[in-house]
Amino acid sequence: MSALQKVMGWVDDRFPLTATYKAHLSEYYAPKNFNFWYFFGSLALLVLVIQIVTGIFLTMNYKPDAELAFTSVEYIMRDVDWGWLIRYMHSTGASMFFVVVYLHMFRGLMYGSYRKPRELIWIFGVLIYLALMAEAFLGYLLPWGQMSYWGAQVIVNLFAAVPFIGEDLSIWIRGDYVISDATLNRFFAFHVIALPLVLIALVAVHLVALHEVGSNNPDGVEIKKHKDANGIPLDGIPFHPYYTVKDIVGVIVFLMVFSAIVFFAPEMGGYFLEANNFVPADSLKTPAHIAPLWYFTPFYAILRAVPPMFGSQFPGVVAMGLSIVVLFFLPWLDRSKVKSIRYRGPIYKIMLALFLVSFIGLGYLGLLPSTPVATIFAQVFSVIYFLFFLLMPWYTSIDKTKPEPERVTG
Amino acid sequence: MSQEAEGQKVDTSKRKFLIAATSAVGGVAAVGVAVPLVMSMLPSARAKAAGAPVEVDISKIEPGMMLTVEWRGKPVWVVNRTKEMLAQLGKHDDKLADAMSEMPQQPDYCKNATRSIKPEYLVAVGICTHLGCSPSEKLKLGGDSGMGGDWPGGFFCPCHGSTFDLAARVYKGVPAPTNLVIPPHQYLSDVRLLIGVDAKGA
Amino acid sequence: MKRLKNFLFLLAAAPVVAFASGASVHLDKAPVNLADQDSLQRGARMFVNYCLNCHSAGSMRYSRLQDLGLTEDQIKENLLFAGEKPGETMTVGMTKADGKAWFGATPPDLSVIARSRGADWLYTYLRGFYRDDTRATGWNNTVFDKVGMPHVMWNLQGEMVPRYKKEGEHEVIDRLELAKPGSVTLAEYDAMVGDLVNYLVWMGEPAQVQRKQLGVIVLIFLAVFFVVAYYLKKEFWKDIH
Repeated sequence: MSALQKVMGWVDDRFPLTATYKAHLSEYYAPKNFNFWYFFGSLALLVLVIQIVTGIFLTMNYKPDAELAFTSVEYIMRDVDWGWLIRYMHSTGASMFFVVVYLHMFRGLMYGSYRKPRELIWIFGVLIYLALMAEAFLGYLLPWGQMSYWGAQVIVNLFAAVPFIGEDLSIWIRGDYVISDATLNRFFAFHVIALPLVLIALVAVHLVALHEVGSNNPDGVEIKKHKDANGIPLDGIPFHPYYTVKDIVGVIVFLMVFSAIVFFAPEMGGYFLEANNFVPADSLKTPAHIAPLWYFTPFYAILRAVPPMFGSQFPGVVAMGLSIVVLFFLPWLDRSKVKSIRYRGPIYKIMLALFLVSFIGLGYLGLLPSTPVATIFAQVFSVIYFLFFLLMPWYTSIDKTKPEPERVTG
Repeated sequence: MSQEAEGQKVDTSKRKFLIAATSAVGGVAAVGVAVPLVMSMLPSARAKAAGAPVEVDISKIEPGMMLTVEWRGKPVWVVNRTKEMLAQLGKHDDKLADAMSEMPQQPDYCKNATRSIKPEYLVAVGICTHLGCSPSEKLKLGGDSGMGGDWPGGFFCPCHGSTFDLAARVYKGVPAPTNLVIPPHQYLSDVRLLIGVDAKGA
Repeated sequence: MKRLKNFLFLLAAAPVVAFASGASVHLDKAPVNLADQDSLQRGARMFVNYCLNCHSAGSMRYSRLQDLGLTEDQIKENLLFAGEKPGETMTVGMTKADGKAWFGATPPDLSVIARSRGADWLYTYLRGFYRDDTRATGWNNTVFDKVGMPHVMWNLQGEMVPRYKKEGEHEVIDRLELAKPGSVTLAEYDAMVGDLVNYLVWMGEPAQVQRKQLGVIVLIFLAVFFVVAYYLKKEFWKDIH
């Protein structure tokens, strides 16, 4: 027995190291027909690591104080060795997190990855998405620029629209009558410790649930239905080494895109870092046009599309909330006989295309100042957004599907 | 299972080579990411600016007196030693732990009997080499400092009782292990002292 | 299918909506070239002479000007006037309250002004002052109406007066004309402002030159990494049929 084997044996008697490695890597059998869309899960994990590591190093020099926050960010950008790189990795990472997660979620929609027996994976995923939105929103206040300040002002005021308790609720969230030093300090606490812990825990259960039932694939058929004599799925291949070597290629391509942004266009034309956020927060002067960062704009557009009713903004807030809540019910709304878009009928394909167009359209409209024409567009897109979900039980059950194959098709 | 189809041998040496190559390039990438993160923990431009050399006008220090200036957040003493004080320096070498300044606690140009550039001016970092307290000045000779009749002038650390002489050399049998540090310094003119940087070419 | 067509039409119309909502003043293109160290050095001197009396650049250290090819001694001799040390940041003696009292608003810190305003805006703004006796300072600006800042470089540019044109109902400023020449020609003044804006862009992010250089190396490295990793993947996936 070699020294390494002895050490491993010693550890394995006390901790399931080899067993865990086998269960999740070398003997976790994933379908062999993963395509391009299956890179984004591991990429999301990579971005989470990037955000946590760069975040730790930013925290070493950032000051969560209304007087100091803005200049401490510039201090990081100039006086701290390599601070600019760490900061740009973090700001680019925030946006790229959403790029990757949106593609990951769309993959789930296309191939029915939320369907039985993967409902819990989907629900944990939506929770991750929610936590991620909260994390991004809280983090965006920290540079303490004009967009940070007024963005937070607008979003916190949404809570003020809640009937009866709204005003007190928003004051409680801010810890003051306006966004202030107290708000900055608590947002900092949530951003650097509370939500990261929640995110890591949710990612862990997301993965445990996935590895319990096994991965879906572009054909949407269960590879566990056909196993060899050893109980190994015929269409499964060990995650390690096959998908580790494949994911490395995906990671490198992603890092090329990521680096191109970090090194050559960190502001990304104002979409990742906004020009007005290079002006320190001023509680007396609102910028001419405030829009949330691009990854929130679809929901912001839904909020603005709903007119005030009974003298209250609350219906818009409810609509925005429902647009995310409805995602939780997706596994039970879909009544199709097949999972993958490959075997779905034309109705689902059209609905999914319409949904995609509306989501992107809403995202675009959310960036623009509100005009009567834009509001009409936003209302149409919002209705499509909701109809995609609400009509799903009906149109998926009448849609003409093709028969699923027995085995994956490569 | 479809891998390792019959009639196709796996080229193990090629695989080993590719794994080694990918690991090597990946290792370089990991180091490339780690370096900026580690470097970011070095003193920033602000810290370096605050730690810039300090210029002192020594003409105001009367003989037998001292001045404390701040350099990199630490007290630096500039003592104007009288002839009488200097005369004491060679007389108690046997009681000192490192009378000849063998330990690298000073720049080479201060490795001499007075541990200074100009004999009368001692420039020393006022931080005890034991645990970092700042010793008190006991410059006066003999009983005037309250240090006993044969006290030749020096410094006394209130934390753990370490004693140093007027060349900032540590006595034997006290907690501090080494002499006090002499910082790099130079004279810009007779009365202008620059603490924090060696003379050019020195 | 008809519905889909309608939506495609709506989508095509969307950019028009965007355009209609964003009316803005015409901005001249600033001659930004961060590789031109002479221009950046001239700009730095302009900044210290004309801007740094009222505006601070509190995140910018004088010593960082070494990145522009200046030595520490050159910085000390040419750019430090009030006994500052090279390691210090570019602050001003004027307090916020004084600034508010004198100009109606505290002159903003200029460390990242090029990142919030953009180079073209600054270039147009600094060349857009004109005589306006209705203003307390005697100056107004084509891109910043009723600006509180006086024209600090008027002795260089001279005095400009507006010429108006009809645009629908309103009279708008068509162009500025030189009424009283300054110490340099308008072309020379444009070049000087160009240097200044170039410097402001550099100062907005002093690391940007280094950032782009490093980016090239990182991308080349990743390209090599990709090739190696691709062959590794290909080799292992020979097993899969």
